[in-house]
Order: sequence, then structure tokens, then C-alpha cells
Amino acid sequence: MTDVPTPPSSYHVPGLVPSGPKLVTGRFDQADGHTYEGYVRTGGYTALRRALTEMTPEQVHEEVKTSEMQGRGGAGFPAGVKWGFLPPDVFPRYIVVNGDESEPGTYKDRMLMELDPHQLIEGTVISAYAVGAAQAFLYVRGEMALAQERIAQALNDAYANNMVGRNILGTDFSVDVTLSWGAGAYIVGEETALIESLEGERGMPRLKPPFFPAAKGLYLQPTIVNNVETLSNVPWIINEGGQQFHDIGAPSSTGMRMFAVSGHVNSPGVFEVPNGVTTFRMLFEAPEYCGGVRDGRSVKAFIPGGASAMWFFSEHLDMALDKPTVDQAGSMLGSGAIVVMDDTTDMVAACWRIVRFFARESCGKCTPCREGTTWLERILKRMLDGHGRPDDLATLMEVCESISPGIAWPPRQTTICPLGPSAVSPIASAVERFRHEFEHYVEHGRPIDGVHRHAIHGTGAHV
Amino acid sequence: MSRLNDANLAIAREIVGRYPRPKSALIPLLHLAQEQDGYVTTDAMTHIGELLGITSADVYGTASFYEMFKFHPVGRYCINVCSNISCQLVGGWELLEHAEHRLGIKAGSTTEDGMFTLEDVECIAACTEAPALQVNYRYRYTVTNDDFDQLVDDLSAGRLTDEIPPHGTLARVRQRTPQNWADTGRAAQAEVDAR
Repeated sequence: MTDVPTPPSSYHVPGLVPSGPKLVTGRFDQADGHTYEGYVRTGGYTALRRALTEMTPEQVHEEVKTSEMQGRGGAGFPAGVKWGFLPPDVFPRYIVVNGDESEPGTYKDRMLMELDPHQLIEGTVISAYAVGAAQAFLYVRGEMALAQERIAQALNDAYANNMVGRNILGTDFSVDVTLSWGAGAYIVGEETALIESLEGERGMPRLKPPFFPAAKGLYLQPTIVNNVETLSNVPWIINEGGQQFHDIGAPSSTGMRMFAVSGHVNSPGVFEVPNGVTTFRMLFEAPEYCGGVRDGRSVKAFIPGGASAMWFFSEHLDMALDKPTVDQAGSMLGSGAIVVMDDTTDMVAACWRIVRFFARESCGKCTPCREGTTWLERILKRMLDGHGRPDDLATLMEVCESISPGIAWPPRQTTICPLGPSAVSPIASAVERFRHEFEHYVEHGRPIDGVHRHAIHGTGAHV
Repeated sequence: MSRLNDANLAIAREIVGRYPRPKSALIPLLHLAQEQDGYVTTDAMTHIGELLGITSADVYGTASFYEMFKFHPVGRYCINVCSNISCQLVGGWELLEHAEHRLGIKAGSTTEDGMFTLEDVECIAACTEAPALQVNYRYRYTVTNDDFDQLVDDLSAGRLTDEIPPHGTLARVRQRTPQNWADTGRAAQAEVDAR
């Protein structure tokens, strides 16, 4: 039935742990898990049937509230609570699925879309039922061609089998799900920018208030924007119950959660682990996870939750991946993107690369971000190129201060969205901890001894 | 320079019909134009503007925000090497440097024969498989210099034409507007607009 192209032979599922419960990754090692037949054969669409035929929308909402599932997109706001923000009696309302995964280090939503698209569609339709949405938009990052092909095929099959569309499964509930493509812009991962993009505009964030999506979202109608992983969990919650979900993991961070661990570890991978209880050390060192830092080296620093997060160091290794714990320690789990840097890492180069990302991806709407991130990038690049000036470090911190006064966590904003302040995180982390590396660059025009020198050159041009 | 052809015009109309408001179809239509010509032509933008009831300047205003849209011809194969943090840590820059030598061009440019465009791109969500690259948005994981050379040889010899379509073609499977399309979103929005 499927006419989806076969992925290249190099395509494989990176290091998923063979044991332990799997809430959303259960079909990843199944060759036909992405097809309608494969999905239904393994219990797919049973949750949708249950929700539509045995439960009221309020009951579905209640289960998700009971689960206390935190949103998996970055902010970690409980999904059930978010749904509750919709003003009553204002229709039409929309669901928008945020599949614009692009936070550096993040790799999970693409897997969910490529390997189990029906699970996402089922979660979306159930959620549309719960909140009374007439239409759902699946916004998939433009660069993810295979994910788009798999979702398009899955939607065609789901429509053909009456899992989406008019009078789903013979009930009086109808909803359309529209696959929409992005076209290359990190900022579109921010929910109001995503809505702008869906309206055919430049992806620039809207001011909140008044444009909280739940109140004034797509076409200024009430809109729920949820992350791919968040909605992929919904079928399991409906099948097994919100309380069952809540019983997994820690009370403060419920369920299972996907983390991508990349960088200097022996076997980088994406892991679905019990939320809130697994420690960073366990992820980095246990043989069933990453199997230790490469070449037996030590951890110099690691990023716990994507490029926007403050960095952690060796003293944080025994901390659990638990949202409130990590928040309190001055960083975030963000989008589940963990990047490990060993003791050969050039911290100025690492810092510059992340800052260059934000400088390139700034949408240009707010001056502190548009100008500030570019300044920061230039100063850091100047240091890397051996042309650092004596007052560069002071200027760097001054610009950081202008973008995010106080350079604190959570960052204060002078901008509409958090992109600008995010560029401050790597600098604040690296300069506080490794100031001597920056000073060494300024003084000697090269990194300290013992760190890797990258083949970084003057590229950055776009076609 | 060309407008959308008849086949693509039919697809365009179907896409527009799926959104409560026509302008929402803008980005999908730009992808369609790029699929037809390999890049987004000025005439295509004018045509899209006519279809959506907006000016071509409005079309370009949105299009120019997004990195995937090209406004002049690029290589048949766009090779996008990631140099962001996870890739940088395990050799992304070294791979990019090798790619520049192998192709004889700097990142951001196209080979003279029009076969390859090389780009230095931001995170492509393959961080655990670093260093990673995409050819026309199809992935290659943990790429070594030898892998890169092999890839260029294979592409040049036409050995990967089944797997990797020419630049502009993104997804080869399209969502179809099915018979049981509920259309409740459009109807409800029309009611709001009427008020």
C-alpha cells in the first residue's frame, strides 16, 4: 500500500535502549512501524476509538491533566493546563503541531515523525477532539524531506481509513489535518512565529500579551500549539490512563522522555528514559546508554537542554534529569538536547559556534537581538582569528548585559522572544568558568595548550 | 523564468483549498515553484501572488525570509554540511574543509558545471550521528572524508538518482485532499469572517 521511498541503507535508529518501557519509541525498531498496517497491527488507533466512542472531550482533557505531562518542546509547560487556557465558546479553534525541530543538539521529533507518523496523527486527532478544534496543522520543518513523505503518506492512509476527516469512525466528530511545510528558519519553532509562518508571513514572533496563542493564535482564533513528542504521548495516556503515566518517572517530571546525547561520548544516541530520575552521569557512562566519554577523557562541560541553555559542569553530573531540579540549578532541560564536551574542547570556539547560530537565525524584529547577536559573533570570531583586542571580553559582557540585563537565569528579556537572550547563555557559562581561555586568545592569538583546533574558516555565506 | 505549469497549477489550487485563508498556502506554493524550476523564479512569484490575491512583492517578502528558497539557479545537488555544535565537536569543520577541496569551491557557491552547491548550514537534527550532511535534504550520517568522496562520485555518475531527486523536489509523496475532507475549519472561519 505504501509508496513511501525506502530510506538509504545508512538510515538507522541510533542507540535506543533495548530494555525499559517505551511510550513513544515502541515501533522504532519495527520495519513497517510507519505504515498504516504496521501501526494498526501494533495497537494503533485504539486510543482514538476509545476517546471518540467511550469518552467525552472533557474526560480526555482530564486524563491529560492527570498525567501532568510537561510539554516536550522546550518550555516544559504542562500540556493539560495549556489546553485549559482556551476561552470557552470561541470557535473555530485550531491545533498546530510544532514539528520545526531545530534547536542545536535536538534530535527526537524527526525520529517520531519518520518512524511513527501515525502515532503523531492519532495524538493530534485525539487532542483536537479534547479541545474542540475544527482543523489541525502539522507544521514540519522544511529540511526534513523523509518526515514529510512519511506524514503525507500516513495522512492519506488515515483519511482513507476514516481515522481523520469527516465523521471519524462513524461518530459525529470531524477534523481535518493539514500537513504544512516550513522552509528553513529556526525562529519558526517559537509558537507565535510558527503561526505567522502558517499565515504565509515572515516568521517573526508576536508580542505576548496580547497574542497568546490560546487566546489569539492562528487567524487570531484560539489555538493550541503542541510539540511533536508531546502529542505522540497522548495515545498512550488515553490507552493506559493519565495516572499510569504519572506513576512513571518522578512526581515532578512525569512519564518517559526522549533525550538526545551527542558530542564527545562513545556511543551517542537518542534514549527514551524515565523522566526526572535518570542522572546525567548514568546517561553518559552506563554501557547501555553512551558508554562513557570518548578515549576515557573527562567531561569539561555539557549542555543540558539545547543551545539556549546555560552549561553544566562535572559537579552537575549526579543531578537527575528533572525539570524543577535543573531549573533551580540555573539551566533547563529544554528540548532534551544534551551535548557533551570533553577536556580537549576549545571553549571559545564552542561558544562562538553557538552564538553564530543565534546571529544567523535572529529574525531581525528586535534591535537588541538583531544587533547584539551579530556583535557578539564578530567579537568572538575576532578572538578565534587571533585578532582579539584587550577590551574585547569587557565589550562582550557589556553587549550580553544589553540583551539580557543582569545576565541571570532565567534570562531577562529586552526582546519579544527568548532568542536574543539565548545567545547570552553560552557566553555567560563559558566566560564565568573558562575566562582564562578567552584571555589567552586575546593575549596570544591562539587557544590554550591541549585543546583541539578546529578548521574554522571564514565561511557563512548563503546561496 | 516560468509560471507554474498546468499540472502544478492544479496542485496549487488543491493546496490553497486546504487552508481557511489563501495566504497560508504561500510557503507550500513556493516549494512547488522551486520543485518545478529548481529555484523560485520571478514569474512564479508573480503567478503565486495572482493565485493568492497578494502582490508579488508580498510573496518575495515572505519567501526571502526562509533559507531554503533560492532566487537564482543552484546546483542539481545541494550539499549541506552541518557545522553546528554537535557536529563541530566531532569534525564538522574538517569535513566542510574537505568538501571545499574536493569540489573546488567555497561553501556558499556552486561548481561551474552546475552539479553541486555547497553550504555550511545550521543544525539539521542528526546530532547523535555527527558529523552529518544532507544532499537535497536527504541525510548522510557520520560522514568521513572517504564517504564524502564516494558520495560525490556516486552523484556525478548518476548512481543515486532514485534516492535523491534534483534540487527543489522536497517530498515525493503529497497529501491528497480526500473525499472525506471535513472542511469544518474553512466553514467555521468563513462564518467568523462574515461576522
